[in-house]
Amino acid sequence: MCGIISVIDRSKNYMDGGAIKNALALMNERGSGEGAGYAVYGAYPDYKDYYALHVFYDNIVEPKEAVEELLEKWGKIEYAEEIPTYEQDRLRKQHIPWRYFFKPDIRLLAGTCSPEEDAIINIVNKVNTEIKGALIFSSGKDIGVFKASGWPEDVANFYRIEDYEGYIWMGHNRYPTNTSGWWGGAHPFNLLNWSVIHNGEITSYGTNRRYIESFGYKCTMKTDTEVVAYLADLLGRRHELPEELSVKALAPPFWDDIDRMSENERDLHTALRMAYGGALMNGPFAIVIAKPEGIVGFTDRIKLRPMIAAESGDRLYISSEEAAIRTMEQNLDRVWMPSAGEPVIGMVRR
Amino acid sequence: MGKTIRIDAKGVHYTPLNIMLREAVADGVKEIILDNVLGQRFIGNGLRGDDVSIKINGVAGGDLAMFMSGPEIIVNGNCDHAPGNTMDSGRIIIHGSAGDATAHSMRGGEVYVRDNIGYRGGIHMKEYQEKRPVLVVGGTARAFLGEYMAGGLLIVLGLNSLFPVNERGVGSGIHGGKIILRGDIDESKLGIGAKKEKLKVEDLEEIRPYIKKFSKYFGLNSEELLKSEFTKIIPASSRPFANKYCWE
Repeated sequence: MCGIISVIDRSKNYMDGGAIKNALALMNERGSGEGAGYAVYGAYPDYKDYYALHVFYDNIVEPKEAVEELLEKWGKIEYAEEIPTYEQDRLRKQHIPWRYFFKPDIRLLAGTCSPEEDAIINIVNKVNTEIKGALIFSSGKDIGVFKASGWPEDVANFYRIEDYEGYIWMGHNRYPTNTSGWWGGAHPFNLLNWSVIHNGEITSYGTNRRYIESFGYKCTMKTDTEVVAYLADLLGRRHELPEELSVKALAPPFWDDIDRMSENERDLHTALRMAYGGALMNGPFAIVIAKPEGIVGFTDRIKLRPMIAAESGDRLYISSEEAAIRTMEQNLDRVWMPSAGEPVIGMVRR
Repeated sequence: MGKTIRIDAKGVHYTPLNIMLREAVADGVKEIILDNVLGQRFIGNGLRGDDVSIKINGVAGGDLAMFMSGPEIIVNGNCDHAPGNTMDSGRIIIHGSAGDATAHSMRGGEVYVRDNIGYRGGIHMKEYQEKRPVLVVGGTARAFLGEYMAGGLLIVLGLNSLFPVNERGVGSGIHGGKIILRGDIDESKLGIGAKKEKLKVEDLEEIRPYIKKFSKYFGLNSEELLKSEFTKIIPASSRPFANKYCWE
């Protein structure tokens, strides 16, 4: 059991983090105080052309020197600082969050059509698997993930989340079940432009992990959700699948439903299941995936976790509970429960 | 007339809220109005008392009236998951929709939902001797309606829609009780262990009082409703998984 909430303003009006803090705190019953976090899109307008790398350091000597040495080798650090934090009674500062605005030197990566992204993925993999005491947990442009072990309101106050503004927000309140709670295991999970929040468990984690690692991704967070972020990157960015098809690859219709489809639909869904068998996720889940263009929410095929969607003007909300949405907006145009395995999509207007 | 009290529930956690409810009922209060309810779980949890009425203005959180025995709860708004969870007796009337697992494991009493319910409505409903729970839904239900149902009566009217339920697994693992749908359902939507039958006269008589109450609560014409075609879903056997020691 976890609590999730996400909102997008499709006209890109910016919202501060105060409202989502209250919404997430309303669902405290869904967490255990061992992990909470937020993601905001539009966080760094002054550095929007740089990758914002958020790093947890165990100390600011050896791991920091090693990370900075690596970054200098791969490109240029435009600006770096400790992420401002504010002491909270119930939250123990186990790591020191730092951020870098970074541009990779694309000349170092020949023979790829996405040199910048590939450089960042290499750096994230290298830091998270080889540099002890350092963990990159946010690596997108104009995106910030802020998370820690603690209750939603404490984590929000620790980072003063209301000081950030953006057009997409995500919040997650964790109730760890299969692995212990730690800062890196809190949601959202982020890689490049993708961020994921997730309630439930991916029981197909072993299969999905083997599949995604065969494409060069490395799982380092000791929890199932990170495979979703990497699958989203693989399907959405590298294979360029549209959102609807990505969701149908991750949570496909049952074979007996496919049998009843029209011929074209049947061919499409059969092909998707054959091509992306290793990406199929089983188990109970409600997930929201964000990228700069929008958010997508979906549940497992038999709806073993709650998900409610609502709209108010340009804003689309997706959450575990309607009440959480109503703390952010009392007057909703529409509230509905999306069907199992069917994506709810909110994209910014062009 | 008994005493009435009004409680502003804004920002009040469910534990103190339930303590207030119990104290009020112990004091002989007969009508309690809760304003500004927003997501508080377990309201009326284990509450006992006959002719006690609780009005909830707002969105009730999960497990409303869990284990409740006796009172009537009227919700002006939607409910989150499992209103009526293991409820013993009494009544819930929801002027809105309810979430997944509505009437979960209900063992007695009545739940009326004006609009829709989520997935697994009536899961594990049961009955014993004179205890027979009833769930009536005005709108639509989602997949796995009446899953593992062991007893009770589940009615879905499907008002304002083509089908009362149009998703898979209806009555999956049902081994007791009865699901009555207004309109029809395709055989492919039935779950393992469920079978579809035509409604008998005695079935219609059985649902009549509940349709009448539903119509009264939500301002509908019960006679018109009772003229509709209905379909009945019952267990194919009392032990649908008798030959299944484990899933192959």
